[in-house]
Amino acid sequence: MSYETPQGGSLLALSSVDLEMTSGDFVVALGASGCGKTTLLSCIAGFLSPSSGEILLDGKPVHGPGADRGVVFQKHALMPWLSVIENVEFGLRMRGMRRAERQGIALDKLDAVGLSGYEHSPVYQLSGGMQQRVGIARSLASNPEVLLMDEPLGALDALTRESIQEIILRLWAREKKIVFFITHSVEEALFLATRLIVMSPSPGRIVKTYDLSFCHDFIASGNARAVKSKPEFIAMREEILNLIHATHAESEAT
Amino acid sequence: MTKPVRGYQPPGEGRTFGISLVTSIALFVTWELITRFGLLPPLILPSPSAVWQAFMAGVRGELQGGVTIFEHFGWSVARVFGAFFLACLTAIPIGILMGVSRIARGVFDPPIEFYRPLPPLAYLPLVIIWFGIDEASKVILIYLACFAPLAVAARAGVRSVTVEQINAARSLGASQFQVVWHVILPAAMPEILTGMRIAIGFGWTTLVAAEMVAATAGLGQMVLNASNFLRTDVVIMGIVVIGIIALLFDALMRKIEAVIVPWKGRM
Repeated sequence: MSYETPQGGSLLALSSVDLEMTSGDFVVALGASGCGKTTLLSCIAGFLSPSSGEILLDGKPVHGPGADRGVVFQKHALMPWLSVIENVEFGLRMRGMRRAERQGIALDKLDAVGLSGYEHSPVYQLSGGMQQRVGIARSLASNPEVLLMDEPLGALDALTRESIQEIILRLWAREKKIVFFITHSVEEALFLATRLIVMSPSPGRIVKTYDLSFCHDFIASGNARAVKSKPEFIAMREEILNLIHATHAESEAT
Repeated sequence: MTKPVRGYQPPGEGRTFGISLVTSIALFVTWELITRFGLLPPLILPSPSAVWQAFMAGVRGELQGGVTIFEHFGWSVARVFGAFFLACLTAIPIGILMGVSRIARGVFDPPIEFYRPLPPLAYLPLVIIWFGIDEASKVILIYLACFAPLAVAARAGVRSVTVEQINAARSLGASQFQVVWHVILPAAMPEILTGMRIAIGFGWTTLVAAEMVAATAGLGQMVLNASNFLRTDVVIMGIVVIGIIALLFDALMRKIEAVIVPWKGRM
């Protein structure tokens, strides 16, 4: 995956990334800025098409964006001229679903993200965390196979962030979607992922992949703090931080 | 109650209504005093009461030609709003098109940018030669004055949509046309409404020029006609009436803005 730079050259943003996701996967891409996480997500979403290689969904190549891949952005993606429920219904309305039917779906998804009772609120009056939950409900309403989340919690405060992490995991367990989630918080990555890919910049590539199950522990116990303070969790956090620092030092040296 | 410390707030904060009221009263009192003490002859500056009497004469239809002020008003409003309405119908789609299409921008940019800074009086003769001295040329002149600011505003408004909003809509299954209609157009609404406010202002500005062309009624025509007979009181009355209408309409547009785009600047 390379870009044309404004100077006419080309910039290699992603190199030999090989990633397969199957049902039940919660894949988290972790890395510093510039490691190509968002480029990778944009390719899967169909906003960018890779200069070489391909993206396959159910064996068929991806051409452009589609409702089978829902996207949750970091911010600025809601329509402030629409109410909460109108935002959630948006995709269904665009595809011509009848009003009563799409409202039923939208109300169900709003309930799932804990926003029952806010359906007629204007979105611009909601807090950042509530706006992100509207964004999540909106992408779920189209019933996508894959949910792509581009640092959806990056702009939120720590407490809101933790409570939405829990909402996301419960939704994932309930809706059985494949999730591809981008973050630069190691703790968030460990807590959410069934598979964690650590990426490094110039050129963007996958340095290491971990299979994890802290999210299953949370779904079983419902106690996020207990999961995050487990010795294994802390040990893993240190290991990944060391790995990131090591690859960072390496790329500084070259 | 907490108060910001001096120097720790943005410059120029605070309400201005009281100050503006004092300014207005002071201007009016100065006007009254100048005329009362005869500092200027009535031909140059008639007294406020003379202007008021001119207005009442207008209401009773006792001014030149017996046309009441309401009739003048009706003609002018019909011309300004007719032209403004036509401009909205054409300039907003063209502006949006210029915002979303490279080709449309290339096509429409030269003519619009060329005529936009021209004073309407400069191309008025041409409009008369082409469209005659009937209603059409008056409306066209005002239409041209409204068109450019509307098109420019709609085009600029397209830029207020975020890439995320467009990408979100597309990944929710919206077609290219649906993105323009359901995302770009509403996102551009705040700027379009601002453009409408500016355009209607330009419309009133051009009114007098438009009514120079063989009009028999209209506020601009009334003022022009009065100036030929040195009726300064009627001239001032006409100016004040046009000013008040424009001011009221601007206030109405602000209210409409608050209803249609309450989210303006908040997300």
